[in-house]
Parts: sequence; structure tokens; C-alpha cells
Amino acid sequence: MSLMDDYNFAYLDEQTKRMIRRAILKGLAVPGYQVPFASREMPMPYGWGTGGVQVSAATLTPDDTLKVIDQGADDTTNAVSIRKFFERTAGVATTEETTEASIIQTRHRIPEVDLTEDQVLVYQVPIPEPLRFLEPRETETRKMHSLEEYGLMHVKLYEDISRHGNISTAFAYPVMVNDRYVMDPSPIPKFDNPKMEMAAIQLFGAGREQRIYAVPPWTKVVSLDFEDYPFEASKADHSCELCGSDSSYLDEVILDDAGNRMFVCSDTDYCRSRREAGHQGRLAGETV
Amino acid sequence: MTPLLQVRDVSKLYGGRIGCGDVSFDLYPGEVMGIVGESGSGKSTLLNCLAGHLVPDSGQVIFDTRADGPVDTVTMSEPARRMLGRTDWAFVHQHAREGLRMGVSAGGNIGERLMAVGGRHYGNIRASAQDWLGRVEIDADRIDDRPSHFSGGMQQRLQIARNLVTGPRLVFMDEPTGGLDVSVQARLLDLLRGLVREMGLSALIVTHDLAVVRLLADRLMVMKDGHVVESGLTDQVLDDPQHAYTQLLVSSVLQV
Repeated sequence: MSLMDDYNFAYLDEQTKRMIRRAILKGLAVPGYQVPFASREMPMPYGWGTGGVQVSAATLTPDDTLKVIDQGADDTTNAVSIRKFFERTAGVATTEETTEASIIQTRHRIPEVDLTEDQVLVYQVPIPEPLRFLEPRETETRKMHSLEEYGLMHVKLYEDISRHGNISTAFAYPVMVNDRYVMDPSPIPKFDNPKMEMAAIQLFGAGREQRIYAVPPWTKVVSLDFEDYPFEASKADHSCELCGSDSSYLDEVILDDAGNRMFVCSDTDYCRSRREAGHQGRLAGETV
Repeated sequence: MTPLLQVRDVSKLYGGRIGCGDVSFDLYPGEVMGIVGESGSGKSTLLNCLAGHLVPDSGQVIFDTRADGPVDTVTMSEPARRMLGRTDWAFVHQHAREGLRMGVSAGGNIGERLMAVGGRHYGNIRASAQDWLGRVEIDADRIDDRPSHFSGGMQQRLQIARNLVTGPRLVFMDEPTGGLDVSVQARLLDLLRGLVREMGLSALIVTHDLAVVRLLADRLMVMKDGHVVESGLTDQVLDDPQHAYTQLLVSSVLQV
């Protein structure tokens, strides 16, 4: 017997999905605002993407094609287990190709390929509150959001510069959405921040913290910075050693204990499609 | 001349008990007013009501704002009141750690108010932080140290710098010298007196230390059981107390 008979479509019951959809719609109506929702227990530990999974489950239809990535890769534990989860509980088609997918659940990356109007990008968010480590009181941070008091966010950037000489925050870099809400873009590298003004719908789910927020297509998303220390979308100063791309975000892989290392695209699908198109990097074809 | 702050019949009740009752006074620009009284006499309650930290049960607190002239801060909108709280008002807490961010460097602490009102130029923010550290007599090379590595007196001076950096017109101080030893107290008072005169600040100082008000305050209010029992010029009240409680208070000061 298939699991499809034991579970409602996409694991969650219909009432729960309605509740999550209401939160998503509210989030889309107020870009960047953290909408509280009644997060459910999911059959995976907190921190493994329970928020993203619930948002995906509420967004999926039987006709959708799902892609799941973890740090850009399709073949890491988190991506494999969540993909398998939806294959078993929703029976939807899955893919590793970014262009084929209609819903992409992601952890820590935005795909290199530009997304389209027909796609939805679902982020897994560990800590939705960008002000959390500056102001621990939730009552106070909510008041700061509602009154648009965001001076504190710049205090964090100030501390970065005074300590390291530049804004050293490299991931979860705070953004201002639609000139109103300061938002944590989830722990994506700041390299991906400029991509957030995109054609696809972006949904953010934080399961443990019970918050959903969203960025509608082509919404203004500005990374915070100082006039004399402007925002910089940084990446490793190399090109991919498998596909030769010099514009994609790179992972550094240690090869041995003699100091050898290689840089490869963190987006595995992007790297594979480039190699299939004939692009080659320095180490392409070698056994390492 | 329009008073900077007009307080009219401010009352705050804690259940059936009176926190402070029917307090009225005017504070003019450049004037320093001391509020003295024993513990539990309602002076901190009054100060918190005036600074917008507590909502008074009745009465008006009319502040002469830069833009719109005199406005009742009790009924004004919360964003406007909080804006006042980080521009035209300053609040110096008794315990520096209540008024400082202990996990943020001294420079960040001073810069916070600047960034909160839209300062977005790192170089300028750092320059004013440096300037203010100098004005409160903290070495410029401590700018990147956290306040947790500062002594009590330095923390209190840092708190003052952090509050005065946006050039407020009214400073609320709740026992600014409490918990400091006598020589540090003297330096702090000297510093405060200099800043108040130099910047033309108005200040409300709550304290139980008569020496503090003698040095800093132009006028004095004496509170007991939530009510003002006597008020007048500082020297007049301290040298010729009329009310029995004030007489007791003045005579209780230890003479060394």
C-alpha cells in the first residue's frame, strides 16, 4: 500500500493548510512583516526546515514539480530527505533542474539561474527576527517593527566595521523590504541579496519560531549599509574549477592536509548544466 | 517665555496606593530642577510619568516641541513620544547597565541614537562618538571596548555621553550619582554641571542626596508620600526649610 493512502495530500490536513495559506497571503500583502502562525509538529527535528516544509506543503498542488536544495546542492542530507518526504506524502514530481521546478524549497541559497513568474521560492528560516541578538525582548522588537525604529540594526553594522574594518556580516545580511520592514533574508550569503528583487514569489517559513513572511515579485529589497561603507555582494575571488564560471557563488573544498583546495559552484544544478554545455574549469575531468 | 515643560496635576496610583498625587510645576529652558525625598516618596514614579515610561492616571505633561510648540506628551501618539525620547529627551538611569547596551562597544553605544535618527555615515558617527568620549573624559582609545570592561564611574559617564549626543533639550536623571564613591561622584557632578551650563540643558534630577541638588539644581521640590510638600529656590529651601519634613531631611544630613 502506498503512503499516499495513509496521509492527506502533502502530509498536513486541509484545515492546517488553510491556516498556513492565510498567513502566506497576509505575508504577501504586507511584504517583510512576520506573520505569526500555528506551526505544527513535523516528522523531523526543528532546525531541519520544519517551517519551509509547512509552507511548501500548503503551497503544493498535485501538478507541481518540486526541487529542494540545501546550501545550493540537491544531493545533501536535508535536501534528499525533504524531497523524499514530499515524494511519499504528496506524490508530486521532483526535479533537480531549477528551470523545471515550479516550487523550490531552499536552505541557505538562491539558485544561480534567474527564476520566473511561474516559480515559488520557499526559504527555511531558523531565526526570523533580525533584531533578536540586539534586543532579546520579543515585545520590544515587535514594537520596533511596528514603529519602524531600526537604528539598532545599524548599530550591529557599526560594530562590524569598528571591529573588522568592514561589514563582516556575510550571511543573513539584513534587508529593508518595500521601504518599510527590516527583514532577515534567512542565512543566505550576502552574495544572493541583490537577487531578491526577482520575478518569483519568495516565501519564508520559520517552524520553531512560528513565523511566516514573504516578498512578492519585484518588491524593492535594499541591503542596509552606511554611506561610506556601501553594501558589497562578495564571493570568493576565484572561478569554479569544474565548470569555469566566474560569476557564481563558490564553496571552498579542502582536498588534502597539504593546503590544496578547490573552489566549486555551490549550486550543483547550475554547475552540472554548464559542464553539460561544454564549459570546463581548471580541474574538470580530473579525479581528485 | 514659554516653559519647556509644564506639568499639571499629574497623578499615578498603584491600585489604592498613591504613587504621586497632583504634582504641578513649570520648568523653563536652561533650568535645573531637583526632586528630593525619601525612598518611596514617589519621585521616581513622577520622573517616569514625565519621561513617558509610565502612563499617569490623570494630568498633563506639556512639552514645548521644536516643531509644533507645546504638546501634551501623555496624549500624543506613541511613535511621536518615542521620537522625543531619542531626540529632545534624555534619560540617565541610576544603574548604567539599564541605560547602556552592555554587549555593544562604547562607540556603538554613543552612536545608537545618531543612527536611530537617521545617521548613515560611519565616519561621522565615529567622529561624534570620539568627540563625546573626550567630553565625558573617557580615553579615545577605549572607543571599541565594551562597557562591561568599564568602571562604574566610566559607565555612568558613557551613559551620559550616549544620551547627550543628539543634543537633547531636557534631561531626566534618576539618581545619577547613586552607587558611586565620593570622589567619582564629585567628578561626575562637576562634569554634569559643566555640560548643563555649556549646552543650556534643562534637567530634572531625582535624588536623595542633598549635596547633589545643592550643586546642580536651581530649584527644588521636596516630596513626601507622593505629594510635593515644599518647593522653591534650592538655597532657600535648604537653608530655611519651612515644612517639618524638609526640616527633618536637612537636619538628617551628616556633617563631616
